[in-house]
Amino acid sequence: MKLKKGIPVIDQGNKLGFWGGKFGGNFVPETLKKPIEDLEVLFNKLKKDKKFIQERDKYFKNWIGVPTRFIKLENLTKHVGGAQIWSKVVSDANGGAHKVYNATIHCLLAKHSGKKVICGDTGAGYAGKMLSMAAKKFGLKCKIFMGAKDIARQQPNVKAMKKNGAEVVPVYSGSQTLVDAVSECMRFWVANCDTTAMCVGSTVGPAVFVRICGWSTSQISRELKVQLIDEFGSIPKKLKLYNCVGGGSSSFGFWNEFMDYDKKQCEFIGVEAGGPAKSKKHAAPLTYGSKIGILHGAAQYVNQNSDGQIEETESISAGLDYPGISPLHCFLKDTKRARYTAASDEQALNAYKLVTKFEKLRPSLEPSHAFAVAISESKKFSKDTIVVVNSCGDAYKDRGILEKRLGKKYVKSN
Amino acid sequence: MLNPISVAFIKAKQENRPALLTYTVAGDSSKKQSLNILKSISKNADILELGMPHNTPVADGNQIQTSAYRAIKNGIKVNDIFKIVKEFKKFDKNKPVILMGYYNMIFQYGENKFLNKCKLSGVNGLIVVDLPWPENKNFAKKCKKKSIYFIQLLSPTTTKIRLKKIIKDSHPMSYFISMLSTTGGKLKVSPKEIIKNYIKIKKINPKKKVVIGFGITEKTIGKLKSADGLVVGSAICKEISKSLKHRQNPVTNVSKLVKKLKYKIV
Repeated sequence: MKLKKGIPVIDQGNKLGFWGGKFGGNFVPETLKKPIEDLEVLFNKLKKDKKFIQERDKYFKNWIGVPTRFIKLENLTKHVGGAQIWSKVVSDANGGAHKVYNATIHCLLAKHSGKKVICGDTGAGYAGKMLSMAAKKFGLKCKIFMGAKDIARQQPNVKAMKKNGAEVVPVYSGSQTLVDAVSECMRFWVANCDTTAMCVGSTVGPAVFVRICGWSTSQISRELKVQLIDEFGSIPKKLKLYNCVGGGSSSFGFWNEFMDYDKKQCEFIGVEAGGPAKSKKHAAPLTYGSKIGILHGAAQYVNQNSDGQIEETESISAGLDYPGISPLHCFLKDTKRARYTAASDEQALNAYKLVTKFEKLRPSLEPSHAFAVAISESKKFSKDTIVVVNSCGDAYKDRGILEKRLGKKYVKSN
Repeated sequence: MLNPISVAFIKAKQENRPALLTYTVAGDSSKKQSLNILKSISKNADILELGMPHNTPVADGNQIQTSAYRAIKNGIKVNDIFKIVKEFKKFDKNKPVILMGYYNMIFQYGENKFLNKCKLSGVNGLIVVDLPWPENKNFAKKCKKKSIYFIQLLSPTTTKIRLKKIIKDSHPMSYFISMLSTTGGKLKVSPKEIIKNYIKIKKINPKKKVVIGFGITEKTIGKLKSADGLVVGSAICKEISKSLKHRQNPVTNVSKLVKKLKYKIV
């Protein structure tokens, strides 16, 4: 299996949508074949269309507020005493997380296809919040599917969705988390694909959704590349990009523009959710060697039992609490372009404590997983190593969990 | 030897009626009970579809989901499904049985091993909801080698060109999804419209059998009589759930329901 140079990774799949011949594809009910094909035709056309690119850039700039900041975490760097630790503050984006890029593109595509309704799934609630925001902006009716367990633990985002006029549909089946929300959303689309567009909230699902999402979030690395050159004059000789990985949308977007660099110069480190330290359950299929299976229309490494039933996951972070992983990351793992590891709930909480103690930055529980690994590895790196952590979400949504686990001061002081 | 599925269609045609296909979930609500249900309905049903319960079904509505979760909770495994089929075939060896499910379960079991097991236990056909054409070409060929029908699904969204290509590659039976819906949705298209679409498919190759499914109940089944076959699934799963709720015997109740369904189409 080989990664090609000079071709965007999202376009490296074969005719049937498989990366490396085995990840991704379109394992969908017959009813969805046509709407998926229509979406593919539209996306392939528009991504080459200069006018559409201008439209995208206009909304990204004026509405999302790109570029997001690239800042040095001076105090944290001093405290850790190794590599220089920087952060790409993607949570600066309108709405507070990277999910806004994908949501905006899907709404633009829906507008171009003449659809009036858009449906989407959400775990941490950010994908749902952003979709509701973008739908409102573009005058689309919006329906968000969310696991009942996630609705209970991510209330601030639920309130935001409702405020934006979206209908939030609680999903009570299975583990009542993201995996069930995605299934329910796909079922809704099966029944309503003639009038409704679907937005899959991450680089998962049938191949075209993986591609659209990866294309959208790549905005992050496009900006970072410019910011690195501005700051250092060129791309640093030792660059390490840390990102949390749930479905894999923010990490893919954070890395995409650096894909063709040698990994010795520019290393990618994906951090999955290891779950509670004492639990056997996790949401880290790449780290813990899960087998390839089919989930939500795509072949990928996925937590499952020997019968092919998808296993329940456990993580403090709703946004990473997903049993599968983007086919793109499976491909990057097997081609050895990226390295994957996991952080436990406790490690993520400690990282959150440390980052907020030293810096005016408040990463949500998802990027706190990436900070955990970045901080621990930075100690061993030389001072000319540039570590960049994507702070892809803001902790506002997590204040209930943070208060419960760390006490009130960690919510108030920030 | 002709596949029992084809024999069932011939027999129904001789009686001037569509074949009646039932769908129940293997292991719902227990292994024993689902076997007893099959035995009790086989008198009135022509072809038995047996669902392989999966916990992330992307095309099933509430009723079938409920049945599937119930079966999984009660411990059903793929090997148990084969055992149920084998036991049933001891009881009624010529009654065709079709397994219906999601591809990951077959993929994890191993395609070849799965088909061998199908053959040994007496499975006559397979419906794999999330393995559409052309992705299913290889697997369908493997099925053919084992004389197992791979049943292609067709939908109202399937384009005419695509219909032709699928029918060309299809085995003697295909499955037309009546409307845009998950299983068990309320029939939102008129039976007349459904039959119109069905006829379009039949014209491509009149020799190949096409059954209609999704949203068919006791109320609607009579209006679709002109099809080669009609599938009732969610209505039966609902009956099982209802029986359990009221502490009644699902076997008797489902048997009664299937008898009524049969009565509506003769």
